[in-house]
Amino acid sequence: MTETMLPDLVPAYGEILMAVGAMLLLMIGAFRGNKSTGFISLLAVALMLVTLFVTVSWGDSATYTFGNMFVADRFTSIMKVMVLVASALSVIMSMQYFHDEREERFEYPVLLVLATLGMMVMVSANDLMSLYMGLELQSLSLYVLAAFRRDSELSTEAGLKYFVLGALSSGILLFGSSLVYGFVGSTNFTVIGQTLSHAGDHGVNIGVIIGMVFILAGIAFKISAVPFHMWAPDVYQGAPTPVTAFFAVAPKIAAFALLVRVLYVPFGDLAASWTQVIVFMSLASMVLGAVAAIVQTNIKRLMAYSSIGHVGYALVGLAAGSQAGVRGLVIYLAIYLVMNIGTFACILSMRRKDGMVEEISDLAGLVQTRPAMATALAIFMFSLAGIPPLAGFWAKWFVFKAVIAAAVANPAATDYGLITLAVVGIVASVAGAYYYLNVIKVMFFDAPAGEFVPQKSRNMNAIMGVGAALLLLFLLPQVNSPLLEYARMAAAALMS
Amino acid sequence: MEIGLTHYLTVAAMLFTIGIFGIFLNRKNVITILMSVELILLSVNINFVAFSSYLHDMAGQVFTMFILTVAAAEAAIGLAILVVYYRNRGTIAVEDIHLMKG
Repeated sequence: MTETMLPDLVPAYGEILMAVGAMLLLMIGAFRGNKSTGFISLLAVALMLVTLFVTVSWGDSATYTFGNMFVADRFTSIMKVMVLVASALSVIMSMQYFHDEREERFEYPVLLVLATLGMMVMVSANDLMSLYMGLELQSLSLYVLAAFRRDSELSTEAGLKYFVLGALSSGILLFGSSLVYGFVGSTNFTVIGQTLSHAGDHGVNIGVIIGMVFILAGIAFKISAVPFHMWAPDVYQGAPTPVTAFFAVAPKIAAFALLVRVLYVPFGDLAASWTQVIVFMSLASMVLGAVAAIVQTNIKRLMAYSSIGHVGYALVGLAAGSQAGVRGLVIYLAIYLVMNIGTFACILSMRRKDGMVEEISDLAGLVQTRPAMATALAIFMFSLAGIPPLAGFWAKWFVFKAVIAAAVANPAATDYGLITLAVVGIVASVAGAYYYLNVIKVMFFDAPAGEFVPQKSRNMNAIMGVGAALLLLFLLPQVNSPLLEYARMAAAALMS
Repeated sequence: MEIGLTHYLTVAAMLFTIGIFGIFLNRKNVITILMSVELILLSVNINFVAFSSYLHDMAGQVFTMFILTVAAAEAAIGLAILVVYYRNRGTIAVEDIHLMKG
């Protein structure tokens, strides 16, 4: 027992603040009841913003704490900023919805804060134990959020399906962790990385590779990459719409941050083994996302397949195995965040007098009844389809450029099919454009299907407007240069 | 015959496989799925404890404690979701969980 002192808490101030804040919000809710939901939501947003400023640290070197189980560097900073922004916007977008549906319950913002805390731990995890604890805190909160409308058959079914498949994926990830622990002798990412890089000529034990593949499968569930995507469409459709908006962005960003760290820190020397897995998942996700979405009529289900496709494109950056690839991935996730939050702000505005509607046909003739919303949604759809000069095109540009550069720089790497990946990806993005353009066609050229109730919340209109403006003006250096620069620094911090 | 690491790993691998098959082949009842999930987590615990003893390293046993705690929380949330689902549908048969498809 050498270490009896407290660990260094400074790198984890953001997480501590969120944990204490969540308990305080719960206390306020417990004493003041559901009528304080609006107030607690605002406090949750404020808590996330304060945490955001506490978390950001642009120090040059990484700091480790809690016995090297927890790491804070530039990569974790930018990922946590994206997670916190996505969560804060989700809380703001949920307020009007739950008010209109008369479903205001104070647990919603508290659960969202707890899920966000789990994601922050995931992003900062540097040990299989902290990985698991962060992942489970996030998942357990998300299961409850999916089933949040407990009187709705669809919502509870979504919660049940998400729970079963999520628990299965955690089990698979844990089994992989146990194998890696057994065959390497440590649960710490840094130690695993050093041990594997000194494995020498005997090569790495097959048990480690099997364990790594199990861990990859577990994380692939969380980002809904094919072939582990089957829960996503049902959960996206069944969950309450603000919850879907949250699911589509924040957990994906956190799981991607986790995936990048797991692949590069402990298993960096096994790149030859995991690149094939990533290339396969990427190809399959892009193709399925493009094809399966065509027949969908429900817009939330459409967004589920769209997000599966986008996960495939983001994985392209990871398949490149280079610093430029990780940078492309970070840029992709940031732009994906803006596009999805904006689209869901529009979906949350699809309300008729008799309640929410969520069929694509309900958008017919939107340009005549709500021209501003139709324009914004059209910009989001063009951007999701990847049509230049919108930001969605440049997101794809950076990942494909990285993967082609990696294939050219290292001809041996063509064995992994990196060029095929780029070609199939571009073809899939053209095919996938069909269903995005179909939404635009329905909005602009079909006969009106009835008017939506005007959006009362100024916040929602602001989110739509700012999101569309950011995507439209991405080519301005004032808009893109901070993102490109921070993404470069984040990738450099991780790969050094 | 001495019981060694391999025996423990074999038992854990068998339990894990039974758990996975219990989830995918089961067509009757959601409770069986919850039991299968617990089986998977227990097989992981056996792995961790066996490796921990073999390596003379405490980290594996610490990990097991975390897994046990989380498994309890997970079972509580799973059953809670099952109860609200039953209230809405009046059934927990796996073949009836099909409102959403495609």
